[in-house]
Amino acid sequence: MPWVFRGLREGIVTTRYPRRPDHYANSFPARVVPREDPPSEDGDLGRLCPTGAISTGPVRVDAGRCVLCGLCVRERPDVFEWRPGSETATLRRSGLSVPPLEEDDDQLDRVRTALAERTRAFRRSIHVRHVDAGSDGTEEWEILALLNPVYDVHRLGIFFTPSPRHADVLLLTGAGAHGMAEPVRRSLEATPRPAVVIAAGVDAISGGLLAPSYAVSAGVGELADVDIWVPGAPPSPFSLLFALLLAMGRLPEESGRAR
Amino acid sequence: MNGVDGAAALLEAMTERLASGDRFAGLFGSGAPTKGVTITGMLATSEDVELLDAELAPGAVRYPTMSREIKPAFWYERALHDLFGVVAENHPRLDPLILPHDEQYDPLPCPGASSSPDRVVPDERAIPQRVLGTGVFTIPHGPVRSGVFESVEYVIETPGEDIPHLNVRPYAKHRGVQNRFQDLSVHHGMLLAERVEGVASVAHALAYAHAVERLAGVTVPPAAALVRVVHAELERIANHLDVAMKLADAAGLAVAVARFGLHKERCLRLIGAMCGSRFGRGVVLPGGVTAVPRMPPAHLRARLDALAEGIRGDADALMDTPSFLDRLRGTGSLSHEQARVHGALGPVGRASGVYDDARWVRPYDAYPRLEPVVGDRRGGDDAMARLQVRWEEVNDSVALIRQATELLELAGGDSLRVPLRVPAGRAVGWAEAPQGEVLYVVAVNDDGRIERCAPRSASFHNLAVFASTFRGDVLTDFPFIEASFGLSIAGAVL
Repeated sequence: MPWVFRGLREGIVTTRYPRRPDHYANSFPARVVPREDPPSEDGDLGRLCPTGAISTGPVRVDAGRCVLCGLCVRERPDVFEWRPGSETATLRRSGLSVPPLEEDDDQLDRVRTALAERTRAFRRSIHVRHVDAGSDGTEEWEILALLNPVYDVHRLGIFFTPSPRHADVLLLTGAGAHGMAEPVRRSLEATPRPAVVIAAGVDAISGGLLAPSYAVSAGVGELADVDIWVPGAPPSPFSLLFALLLAMGRLPEESGRAR
Repeated sequence: MNGVDGAAALLEAMTERLASGDRFAGLFGSGAPTKGVTITGMLATSEDVELLDAELAPGAVRYPTMSREIKPAFWYERALHDLFGVVAENHPRLDPLILPHDEQYDPLPCPGASSSPDRVVPDERAIPQRVLGTGVFTIPHGPVRSGVFESVEYVIETPGEDIPHLNVRPYAKHRGVQNRFQDLSVHHGMLLAERVEGVASVAHALAYAHAVERLAGVTVPPAAALVRVVHAELERIANHLDVAMKLADAAGLAVAVARFGLHKERCLRLIGAMCGSRFGRGVVLPGGVTAVPRMPPAHLRARLDALAEGIRGDADALMDTPSFLDRLRGTGSLSHEQARVHGALGPVGRASGVYDDARWVRPYDAYPRLEPVVGDRRGGDDAMARLQVRWEEVNDSVALIRQATELLELAGGDSLRVPLRVPAGRAVGWAEAPQGEVLYVVAVNDDGRIERCAPRSASFHNLAVFASTFRGDVLTDFPFIEASFGLSIAGAVL
């Protein structure tokens, strides 16, 4: 009984996102991007990045490789800057670059429509099965945070399930350790269709600092067909929540369209 | 560094030193068998961590085991076998641990050698399958477990209720981290060190930085040393809250889980507000720190006090909830003798009366300037004692952060970083992570690149003793014992 009162005394701490914007979600430094008008010389910028996320001509940052170390912002604040916000997940790997690569709008439309078709039944509620394929442990903390009272994803009909047989969404973290290839394959096989696969974190997208290596396969893309990519090292709980809402097709029109 | 010729001499030297009161802190290898593997033993003394080398002859893959005389070397020799293919002769049970492979498999990772293999896939068939005793069967638990956990497989051997034997198979998420360090600059190496065991990013960054700074012969500016303490202690609070949350979850106390989850979120947000990363990444640099916390010290203290007050109330309530305490008392007991022989680290060791806190025994950064915490405590050696140690540490951390921020105010606009020129050589660095002592041995070549970096997390060392704490406990105690150890698998298998 005393526990109940302890909980009640705190009042409401839960965010109202996605119905209302959340200050923390909007201010979280989630990405490094090139400034709008960088200086014209950009010769050796690629060298600044330990994971090769920076390409030049024009200057571009691949969020799927960026481990958010901020070395480039420290060295060249005239070219790079932090961009806050949590709506970072995309439906296509190529969509993670800033500025975006040449996008084929028709194709993006097709991807979006295909996912929407598949996930029509997900709009009200999903069950998520998380599988760690070689993470550093931080992604698990951020996923678990979704269950704390601040995010409380149960209010949105999002539940975590112990069994892949009850799962609609497979949430994969980690750089794709070879030892997890078989367990991931079996989990995916046990998941009923339709299913959505989310790669959470830069390790899961590209292997981050851990690839290339004898022990990992440069992200989970080689272990499963990924539908949604969530950059970040690790992605903040709001970024993860955004990705789950994307899987459910429940995003506000304006943020859902640009994916 | 004492050079010891041959593995037999290393064993002799180590045994002698352990008898005189030093602590076994680990064992790692470097190089490929074709050119001769170097096996390095680590010994923690009262003021330093010393390295003792033994070079095996080129082509040699056998050496006399240490595990018979030095019990805690058991897992280290298994890991040596997995990574280098060297065989500890007469080892009690040289089963695969972090990378199972066929005996003839080649090439192996061999960290410290000039080249790395392209691909080594763990081979499950290399793990012997055996169960001893009548009516005993195994329950495989993992690697994909119920809940949001890191991947690890526990194979529980049981006649139904008791757990006479437990096998830990952490290899599924072996990430080959050690080989990735090679050829990085010392600055890029820092980024990888932060990702070896992500939930203890700051502690790993510190241990790595200390090794590099020792090599370069520099001392960080006082203000930087204080900033480091603030971040390291906040990380400790977050980790201990995570343990409390998981223990409460195991007991099914939904409101308590929510409460500690809320505190942990606030702690991570405080860290994030200070540096931009919820895990304190990018703060520590070899030679100092990047910046002071992005908030006035008074503001930081106010948020800390609010956090501490919330935690204290709920911690008191938790330690007053009989249905919870009943599950912890006498569960997962690790006797003082066991803990001492194994050299159990961190809160696990301290709960069993093994008090070796690197912050005070081998102090670093600003800890010598702060009021030390008197930590030698007794009373129980079970999951309950471990939780009590953690609550005390949370209180201590709050006090330490207060002291550090007050000193930081006086430091004003001091410099935060010293320039660094790293000569070729090898050095060891340490830090006290929330899980216990973290060690880094960093060897740098003439070009200033990393030749070999061997991290040793407390998670690896303590996971080895985890399996022997199940005497008299039953299946339903498992989640409590696991949570009470508070380990990260990422740090254990690298």
